[in-house]
Amino acid sequence: MTSRRAHPFMPNDTAARQAELLATLGLDNVEPLFAQIPAAHRQSALPDLPPALTSEVELARYLKQTLARNRPATDSLSFLGGGIWQHHVPAVVDEIVGRSEFLTPVWGTPSSDFGRNQAWFEFTSQLGALLQMELVGLPVYSWGAALGHAARMALRLTGRQRLLVPAAMCPQRRAVLDGYAESADPALHLVVEAVPCDAVGRIDLAALAGMIGADVAAVYYENPAWMGGLETSAAALAELAHAAGALVIAGVDPSCLGVIAPPGALGADLAVGTIQPLGIHMHAGGGVGGFIASADDPRIAAEYPTLLNSLATTVDGRMGFGLMLFHQSSYGSRELGKDWTGNSTYLWAIAAAAYMALLGPEGFAELGRLILARTALLADTLAAVPGVTVPVTRGLFKEVVADFAGTGRDVASINAALLDRHDIFGGIASDTHRAIFAVTECHSEADIARLGAALQAVLA
Amino acid sequence: MSRLRRFHAARWDEPLIHRIGAPGRRGQHFPLADAADLVPAGLARATAPDLPELSEPEVLHHYLRLSQETMGMLGVSLFGTCTMKYNPRAGELAARALAGVHPQQPPETLQGLLECVHGLDLALRALSGMDRFTFQAAGGADAAWTQAVITRAWHAARGEGDTRTQIITSLQSHPCNPATAATAGYEIITLPLGANGYPSLDALKAALGPNTAALMINNPDDMGVYNPEITEWVRLTKAAGALAFYDHANFNGVMTKIRARDLGFDACMFMLHKTFGVSKGGGGPAVGAYGCTAELAPFLPGPLVTRQGGAYALETPVHMAARVREYMGNLQQVVKAWAWTRSMGAQGLADASDMSVLLNNYMETRLLGLRGVTRSHPEQALPRLEMTRYSLGTLFEETGVSAVDVQNRMADFGIDAFWLSHEPWIVPQPFTPEAGEMWSKEDIDYWIDGLEAVIAEAYADPARVLGAPHNQVVGKLNASDLDDPANWATTWAAWRRKQGDRLPGE
Repeated sequence: MTSRRAHPFMPNDTAARQAELLATLGLDNVEPLFAQIPAAHRQSALPDLPPALTSEVELARYLKQTLARNRPATDSLSFLGGGIWQHHVPAVVDEIVGRSEFLTPVWGTPSSDFGRNQAWFEFTSQLGALLQMELVGLPVYSWGAALGHAARMALRLTGRQRLLVPAAMCPQRRAVLDGYAESADPALHLVVEAVPCDAVGRIDLAALAGMIGADVAAVYYENPAWMGGLETSAAALAELAHAAGALVIAGVDPSCLGVIAPPGALGADLAVGTIQPLGIHMHAGGGVGGFIASADDPRIAAEYPTLLNSLATTVDGRMGFGLMLFHQSSYGSRELGKDWTGNSTYLWAIAAAAYMALLGPEGFAELGRLILARTALLADTLAAVPGVTVPVTRGLFKEVVADFAGTGRDVASINAALLDRHDIFGGIASDTHRAIFAVTECHSEADIARLGAALQAVLA
Repeated sequence: MSRLRRFHAARWDEPLIHRIGAPGRRGQHFPLADAADLVPAGLARATAPDLPELSEPEVLHHYLRLSQETMGMLGVSLFGTCTMKYNPRAGELAARALAGVHPQQPPETLQGLLECVHGLDLALRALSGMDRFTFQAAGGADAAWTQAVITRAWHAARGEGDTRTQIITSLQSHPCNPATAATAGYEIITLPLGANGYPSLDALKAALGPNTAALMINNPDDMGVYNPEITEWVRLTKAAGALAFYDHANFNGVMTKIRARDLGFDACMFMLHKTFGVSKGGGGPAVGAYGCTAELAPFLPGPLVTRQGGAYALETPVHMAARVREYMGNLQQVVKAWAWTRSMGAQGLADASDMSVLLNNYMETRLLGLRGVTRSHPEQALPRLEMTRYSLGTLFEETGVSAVDVQNRMADFGIDAFWLSHEPWIVPQPFTPEAGEMWSKEDIDYWIDGLEAVIAEAYADPARVLGAPHNQVVGKLNASDLDDPANWATTWAAWRRKQGDRLPGE
């Protein structure tokens, strides 16, 4: 195989060691070991790949120079949100998720994975406390994936095939849901219907009343909505849905739960949402993770597709952790299991556990109050820009809708000018003339004032 | 024989986090703000969440202790099917530059990232022969789901959505293939294995027909068995009007040796967190890189990276079947995979593949010499690829010691758990080690020596093995039934409601 330098990642990559291993098999080259593969299937040449950078000094230089051509939102002032946000990640969280024992492995035994499983249990326990729900699964890929699975749980639990969702949903989240709802078998297809919303994404209760019926599996709402509105009708919506025999699925951003009523107190049967705000960087979209939670009801538990990590007792009488209802996962029952599971976002469960422990009840309350205050300031600041209309300025969390129709400019041109001239990433366009600006605890009052001044300059 | 380590796991008796701290302690402050009138009526939280109250150092120490109470691949982990390999820290470090990137930034502010994504796309095209890759799928199972939704859209676009209702897979294909296909609404046909370890062509022919939507199959499978008739399988599948999907979960042993497209497949999947050196995170964030032919590419979940002039841009496929996840995927992991691939180069990939197969066959010569160990499909005489499926059935019959007992006892010597088998078990008491290329011969020998010692102990003193582990943080779980609602608890609140305030061991 080799007469060159041993590759740093491969300890057996020396001529002597390879000869020794081959000799134990009575061979002088590896080719006979591939005898299962017919010659006609084999490649005759190596693939055309860029030259190897086997020295870390060259590799690191290449990566650093290449990635330096990015312009991370956090190096500028950014108002991008919409489902993944710039939040402060406490330094200790980064140290914890960087530990090799958490970062690199896959599975051990309940005893050798003990510490990780305890961290996972502390994730589900603390998230459950925030949600006021007692059954929490290990995380799934994303908020959209969590919603897709929850919708399918509702389909199985009710045998009904309509799902009502807010019209003003994050389009990407909706697109993920649509994939989960569609079925090659018409009898299992979930028809997703959009309920009209107001200008900040809150469901129109009267419209919902006209759409609900005995064929609705579940009503899904978001609190806060994609466009920032806190869902003041959440409890009334739940009553309406339950009266029709439908389930209620609440979509929640947990960073509001120190101050805002949790889904468990608002009549929701299932809660889904994102764990990204809980101490996870944006990572260009790689920081998302979703959760599914509910009351600890055996009927609902029997429909969870996620792995479920339970507290248990060991033979030596200590606290241990094991997987419950494993047989209903796709690992346990293949196509007869509930949807599917696999590699997910479990490292982020540990980040979120540490984050929730750092904040505690008072930290979450402070965080919630701060974001509410910053959001109100952002709304007032945007509304003060000549020509800009802010349809709703109170009852918002993180996101503020600004309508630029009165300025005669579209969002794309405004955002381009903000970025080029003021080093500011503007809001996400919800249509040609409207954008959703997001703030978090990372934004100071001065940052928001800077956005207002920049917009006035751009629109002048 | 190696001298076994005097291993003992760290035993901190670290309490549940709810048991530490004290009222009023704080781990993070935020600037104070007045929001008294900003919570809408009826939406104020009535009772504070039952979270622990700790200072910052307490939280840090707690989770560092929990990390120490996790073996976490610091032993020797030959967890088969997961391809345990080195995760270059240079890639981990470089990817931190993405921490503050928002996925909806304009592409002109993401040029470095998009260059890496595009670079890996091109590399995977070279390795598979496919025309286009997407990295949106957040794991191997999500890539199988991608195949399922593309299958649905493909046949619907051709007016055959109502008739193409079945997906064919094999008994040794990963459970995610039938599970994702069933979630997409397909009827599943699972082909049994023949004596050589792979299903017969006749079984496939009997299953194929006008209702077949797709074939989803691993090759080599989780036993290191390669189906030599695979090109005929693909030809027949496509002749029947169905799509052929190659689950390349076990790519390590055939990397640079075969290309999915050249075998006829329409699409394939690579797991970057297995084959391409990306950290596994104890189960994600992960990436299932899904590649397909130009015919299927318009159905891919987008946006996809394209090079236009001297710059990188994003484009959305015209017939996008569905999104399988928000945004473009776990792109920090794509950058790490790119870093690994750049470090290895084409020759490095070929060498790693050679090494993984060489080490597996070296292991086999030693393992089959151990008392009570047999191999699946003895009729298949040719060398297995990167892993082999073994059975401890004989050991179990002769001593009552199961594969799980052996796994627990090996951990006592600082050896990470081995993989048993996906469902269904086709041999009794299975185990499936995969050597990969990162473990030294000394590591491999230590692993085998550990197994040999445990087997000897099973015959001499089975109670010692049955009582294992002895040197871990805690003993094995009580046999109490975690499927009983009266017992299970995924949260501290549920435990307290069911069992009271006392935790085991308190």
